[in-house]
Amino acid sequence: MCGIVGIYLKSEKFETLLGKMLSGMLINMGSRGPDSAGFAIYKKEDDEEYKYSLCINNISFEKLKNDLKNKISFSDFKENSDHVVVKSKDDPKKVLEIITSEFKEVSIVGYGKSIEIFKQVGEPKDVVKKFNLESFSGTHGIGHTRMATESAITTDGSHPYSTGEDECLVHNGSLSNHNNLRRKLKKNGINFNSENDTEVAAGYISNNLSNKKTLKETLKKGLNDLDGFYTFITGTRKGFAVLRDEIACKPAVIAETDDYVAIASEFQAMAHLPNVNSAKIFEPEPGIVYSWGY
Amino acid sequence: MELDLKKKNLREVNEKLQNLDRKQNQRDFTITNPEGNHAICAGLTEEMNVIIKGHVGYYCAGMNQNAKITINGNAGTGVAENMMSGRVHVKGNASQSAGATAHGGLLIIDGDASSRCGISMKGVDIVVKGSVGHMSGFMSQSGNLVVCGDAGEALGDSLYETNIYIKGNVKSLGADCVEKKMNKNHIKKLNKFLKEADIKNLKAENFKRYGSARKLYNFKVDNIGNY
Repeated sequence: MCGIVGIYLKSEKFETLLGKMLSGMLINMGSRGPDSAGFAIYKKEDDEEYKYSLCINNISFEKLKNDLKNKISFSDFKENSDHVVVKSKDDPKKVLEIITSEFKEVSIVGYGKSIEIFKQVGEPKDVVKKFNLESFSGTHGIGHTRMATESAITTDGSHPYSTGEDECLVHNGSLSNHNNLRRKLKKNGINFNSENDTEVAAGYISNNLSNKKTLKETLKKGLNDLDGFYTFITGTRKGFAVLRDEIACKPAVIAETDDYVAIASEFQAMAHLPNVNSAKIFEPEPGIVYSWGY
Repeated sequence: MELDLKKKNLREVNEKLQNLDRKQNQRDFTITNPEGNHAICAGLTEEMNVIIKGHVGYYCAGMNQNAKITINGNAGTGVAENMMSGRVHVKGNASQSAGATAHGGLLIIDGDASSRCGISMKGVDIVVKGSVGHMSGFMSQSGNLVVCGDAGEALGDSLYETNIYIKGNVKSLGADCVEKKMNKNHIKKLNKFLKEADIKNLKAENFKRYGSARKLYNFKVDNIGNY
């Protein structure tokens, strides 16, 4: 099953309400995915610093902060439940390498100049509450409620998956060629943290984006390379896209107004959004990439 | 009578409509704030008029008998699935599998219906004023599917005795589905459906009819010896 949701704001009107809108959507989709939940929020940030969203698992914030101080320079260390967003001017390649090799207890859930990702096991309504999603503002956001099928119920098994700078992906469905594809992508230098099929799709997208393909081109290519059934919502710093496989077993509905585009597995997830009853509501057609931004 | 889904829960509303006293004369209901809930008005058996003001979720008006249900909005997956009789009218678009396995009654969709419209239909009449998605009429057994717009890929795949009438373009036909001649009876029947759906600007003569070529395995009498 699983539920997916996303909002892309076309105007500034609802930026301060983004977290609230997304939170309502995630809670409603708890019926499709009660195991775990997660969300990615793209914030408007003008500075050149990178942000690293980390899940600290069993270690303490204090220990991580002290140990990290000796390795990298950071300007901000924002704790949120069992996650922390660390801001640093250092070279991201170096930072990621240090965290991966020297902080093995910590999971990197995402990084970039704009993105912040939080995900955890538990009922979506609890996950949303513990990270205080309602208080977030931003330009676009993506969320997922999980009913596990392909891999274990763990933080690493939760969505969204982020395998590149300011990129993320949520998925409702199941991929059948993920093992082969994972092997190929590993050769191209993409790292994976789980056995999950969606992480492979995220890696596939990162790999193509790093080869200067646009989000739209990447997803179009994905129709040939990704085998299985899926509805994807994917985000980049300035872009947002939706794709359903050509058989379209997995549901999706889009509501578009002058101020926002919302997508969810079921309409009921967006019934609370402002002016949704006068929105243009349609079902994305199979095998067609719908994208906003770039 | 107004039934507000913000004030009453869904089960309460459905139970009320499902257990309508036969002697009751008050048979007009309006449901407000449906908010995409699933299974609204599922399993109604009595004659009544229900107007739903807003968008509904999955399986709205499923298993309907006798009731006349109007949805002033869009419908999710499986609207009027397994309908036996009555009339369901969607004023917006319908999602996948509209009218799936329905045995009777009339389903009218003013907008588009997405994939698998009329899948395995068993006698229902479906009129879609817009277009239908891929695999529509898949394994449909009886009844009529009328589409005023276009049809997606694999229309009428493996169908039995259903008549499919399409005004626009068909992207591709499914296995064993072929275009067939329209005779006077077909035109008469189609005119009846267009009238019932209040379609005045289209002529039955401009539609094309599709049906089964009856060439698949189960149509061959020789195969009966295998059982």
